Amino acid sequence: MPSTAYHAPGTVEDAVALLAADPTARPLGGGTDLIVQMRAGRLSPGAVIDLKRIGGMSGVHRAGDAFAIGAATPCTALKADAALSAAWPGVVEAANLIGSVQVRNRATMAGNLCNASPAADSVPALVAAGAVCVIAGPSGQREVPVEAIPVSPGKTSLAPGEFVVEIRFPPKPAGGGDAYLRSTPRTEMDIAVVGAGVSIVLDGEGICTAARIALGAVGPTVVLVEDAAAALVGSKLDDDALAAMSQAVQAASNPIDDKRGTVSYRKAMAGVLARRAVLIAASRAGAKA
Amino acid sequence: MNAPSTMKPFRHVGTRPVRPDGVDKVTGKALYSTDFKAPGMLWGAILRSPHPHARILSIDTKKAEALAGVKAVATGRDLPTLESLVMHVGEGASDIVDVSHNCLALDKVLYEGHAVAAVAAASPEIAREALGLITVEYEELAFVLGLEEALAEGAPVLHDTVFTKGVDPKPDRPSNAAMRVEMGGGDVEGALASAAATVTGRYTLEPVHQGYIEPHACVASWNGDGQAQIWTSSQGHFAVRALTASVLAIPQADIRVTPLEIGGGFGGKTTVYLEPVAMVLSKKSGRPVRLAMTREEVFRATGPAPGAVIDVRLGAAADGTLVAADVEFLYHSGAYTANDAGAGVSSAIGHYRIPNSRVVGIEVLCNRPAAKAYRAPGAPQVNFAVESAMDELAGKLGIDPLELRLKNAAIEGDPQTTGLPWGRIGYVECLEAAKAHPHWSAPLGPNQGRGIAGGYWGNYGGPSTVNVSVAEDGTVTVATGSPDIGGSRASMAIMAAEVLDIPYEQVRAVVADTASIGVSMVTGGSRTTFATGMATVQAAEEVKRLLCERAARMWGVISDQVEWRSGEVICLDGEKQGQAMSAAAIAGRSFHSGGPIAAVAALSAKGWLPGFGVHICDTEVDPETGHVKIVRYTAVQDVGIAIHPDYVEGQIQGGAAQGIGWALNEAYIYGKDGKLDNAGFLDYRMPVASDLPMIEAVIVEVPNPSHPYGVKGVGEVPIVPPLAAVANAIHAAAGVRLKDLPMAPDRVYAALHPEG
Ligand SMILES: Cc1cc2nc3c(=O)[nH]c(=O)nc-3n(C[C@H](O)[C@H](O)[C@H](O)COP(=O)(O)OP(=O)(O)OC[C@H]3O[C@@H](n4cnc5c(N)ncnc54)[C@H](O)[C@@H]3O)c2cc1C
Repeated sequence: MPSTAYHAPGTVEDAVALLAADPTARPLGGGTDLIVQMRAGRLSPGAVIDLKRIGGMSGVHRAGDAFAIGAATPCTALKADAALSAAWPGVVEAANLIGSVQVRNRATMAGNLCNASPAADSVPALVAAGAVCVIAGPSGQREVPVEAIPVSPGKTSLAPGEFVVEIRFPPKPAGGGDAYLRSTPRTEMDIAVVGAGVSIVLDGEGICTAARIALGAVGPTVVLVEDAAAALVGSKLDDDALAAMSQAVQAASNPIDDKRGTVSYRKAMAGVLARRAVLIAASRAGAKA
Repeated sequence: MNAPSTMKPFRHVGTRPVRPDGVDKVTGKALYSTDFKAPGMLWGAILRSPHPHARILSIDTKKAEALAGVKAVATGRDLPTLESLVMHVGEGASDIVDVSHNCLALDKVLYEGHAVAAVAAASPEIAREALGLITVEYEELAFVLGLEEALAEGAPVLHDTVFTKGVDPKPDRPSNAAMRVEMGGGDVEGALASAAATVTGRYTLEPVHQGYIEPHACVASWNGDGQAQIWTSSQGHFAVRALTASVLAIPQADIRVTPLEIGGGFGGKTTVYLEPVAMVLSKKSGRPVRLAMTREEVFRATGPAPGAVIDVRLGAAADGTLVAADVEFLYHSGAYTANDAGAGVSSAIGHYRIPNSRVVGIEVLCNRPAAKAYRAPGAPQVNFAVESAMDELAGKLGIDPLELRLKNAAIEGDPQTTGLPWGRIGYVECLEAAKAHPHWSAPLGPNQGRGIAGGYWGNYGGPSTVNVSVAEDGTVTVATGSPDIGGSRASMAIMAAEVLDIPYEQVRAVVADTASIGVSMVTGGSRTTFATGMATVQAAEEVKRLLCERAARMWGVISDQVEWRSGEVICLDGEKQGQAMSAAAIAGRSFHSGGPIAAVAALSAKGWLPGFGVHICDTEVDPETGHVKIVRYTAVQDVGIAIHPDYVEGQIQGGAAQGIGWALNEAYIYGKDGKLDNAGFLDYRMPVASDLPMIEAVIVEVPNPSHPYGVKGVGEVPIVPPLAAVANAIHAAAGVRLKDLPMAPDRVYAALHPEG
């Protein structure tokens, strides 16, 4: 019988050493992907390295305007943090669309990201927010943008021995607002057919000065659509700008036909959801501008 | 049979006491199928076909048998060769040869997931490993999944023994058309030609899953002396006994089946998949063997409700009077003949008075798991088509859809599709109640629309056995052979307490095993509260008579001189006149007055009546995304008399929820390779709680004169109207008529944006 060892190291260094020692070893966050995949026989790692006992790995940390979220922080804890929810409501909402309450009491954003599903809900919101990952590994720590982590469905750019320690956000810009919307047939317990994360900045006149638009489930990895952002920057988010943005989103969408949605429906929804998300982000930006 | 007295108010019937099995269930103590363990038990596992259609050339089990910890391996060769025999044990009927081959394939596999071999081992891990050591050599065959494809010239024929049943003369070639049923009469074409308004439509539905939470599982123990025990969760342990004994060709009395609690069935647990296999493994190993399906196995290998292609034509006079209906449908039968087209035919148009009609149902074999009963089997599909067409007709005629239904609604004495007259049915009463309900006239918001649909299910009676016995302290036990799925223990206790006029808590109801009570048909067909309830009342009446007789004997008077009043025997005559004797006093002395007090009623209940329902649904359709939100839902139903209104409402709400799921998102999705692509609840999308509003259940009571307490059936009717109610509401909200289920967001979007 193949067996799986369980380790719960207390330090980042020990975790790195354990991961480096066995190339099949997997970090364990909430386990809501990992354990399910192991039970289904899709994955049989030689060891699971539980990250939850490592000091500082759970919780929302704040330095001035900048937030950092420990890799083992469950999604429910994000929602409970009022300052984070006020600064990045789109990210917090995205993380709290995952599964159900029970799932979110365990599930982490780092796990959502490192599971590398193209449909992961928190990922487009993190990418739109411009979040970066702090990665620990055998040769020390490095920082990479969130969008650099997934490389294809189920695969990440993490090297053997590496894992995500925390997710850092840039300081929230004045006049900034974010939002995430997804399309699923059911209201809950479902996988995004399309997801759209948006972060924008409006100046005092309501002119968009910066934007990031990221899509989920329309390609093998999260897609950051620069053309869509460019269509908004300099505009007052008028109908023409929104239409150009939606078009850019559709053009950047390269989804597959599968049991969860057709190509044409996914493309159409990417445009609709991105526009709706922009309007929500704008109302949030305006409210604080 | 006593007519229900509306004059005498009931003491217990219509109250809502806590169910006797409630505490065990909410505390997790209740024993469900995989909670049961036997000493020395082995763990079984089943090897399933990766191909949708293939000939089995050879099965090599030697390596698996040699694996340490493996105690038995079985294949289809271990089951006896049987003569064809159609058995009516569940809802529907199955040929025992098909049941056997479905448990373990013999020469051919007919669907992906078809069982081909089984092992029993010392642990589940070893059992699974052993499966990997079995080598099956297949010759892949062309397969067919679709209904029209399966009937097309040149389609792969599943069984060369099937010549369409119900066709005279018998066809000269075997085909995938397993059976054909036709009903109706009159001049359909003539009436349609002269009708003021007609509608025509083709409707399609995919197969759907019953969605019980508990996968199939059992433990079987078969001894060298031929006697066996089976512990299983099913809708009918007598059906399990009969089918298992028949598949194994052994006497039924040699098998004792103990029913465990059931975590949902909805028709899907009215047959056997595992029990005969577990028996064979047990015999070979000499140990008790557990077989339990995974969720994935449930999806791949157990019966879905059939998908369908349905053609409907309706015609009406200018005033809305229906003049003709022509309905023809194809239903999936899956790998084996389901013998179930008749239920669809008789559930199609009988709720309306239509002088000229033709209803044809054809059951089609294809390379999918054998179709099985699902709540009102065969009715929701055809009802979806007919009630959508009624809505369209109302639109064409400019008549309110509820008024159109009311105008044509069948009443007592009108002919059913079979030609027989309806009994005391309550369709008109339901329509009137829907019309009077505030929901029907409530204002609607933007992008919202309201739909209505009516439907019915025939219900059933049939065999039940009940034993009512009195303990020495006067408390009462009701033992039935009917698994309790929807609160029937509580309902039986209520009915016995009503007869005896004693407190509910003094009556306890249990479900007894096959060796402890007489034969009872499955809990299905909405029959249990009606039929087992009738047996309960009959046995309780006999107990009452016995108590009176004993009291009379103890007082030294004749039986005519005593009377049962308020739970006691009263002496009417002689020197003891006016004295009372309680059940406790009588039972406490019963050992000396003639022996224990108990009565058995074994009957085949007659006089069942169909149930009718009318559902009102409000939807909100997102014009940009095609998402459909159910914003309000009201389900009106004639139940005869509600014995326990909580459980009646629960049935109505549950049925409506399942029907809404069927309408919106549920479907088996097969790949081009003939393999199921959504074998789990993530991508087989039943509604979650947040998908549904509170479903308001409105109980209408038109008592059944043939039942002592007026009971009709309840559980199945409520899944019939929702499909069309939702479709009609979407039409009202968004102006598009969807004729293909499920009405998932992408489908609704495509209808709203035909340009793409
Ligand atoms: C019922 C159910 C519903 C779900 N619904 C949704 C949904 O709506 N939307 C959605 O996006 N997802 C959904 N999921 C998937 C899952 O819950 C999420 O992806 C979740 O965020 C995973 O987080 P986790 O902490 O549980 O990850 P884990 O299962 O612990 O890990 C996931 C993967 O990431 C790796 N990993 C974990 N942490 C790290 C780290 N710090 N560094 C490097 N690698 C790491 C693991 O080795 C594993 O490969 C659902 C799952 C279930 C069971």
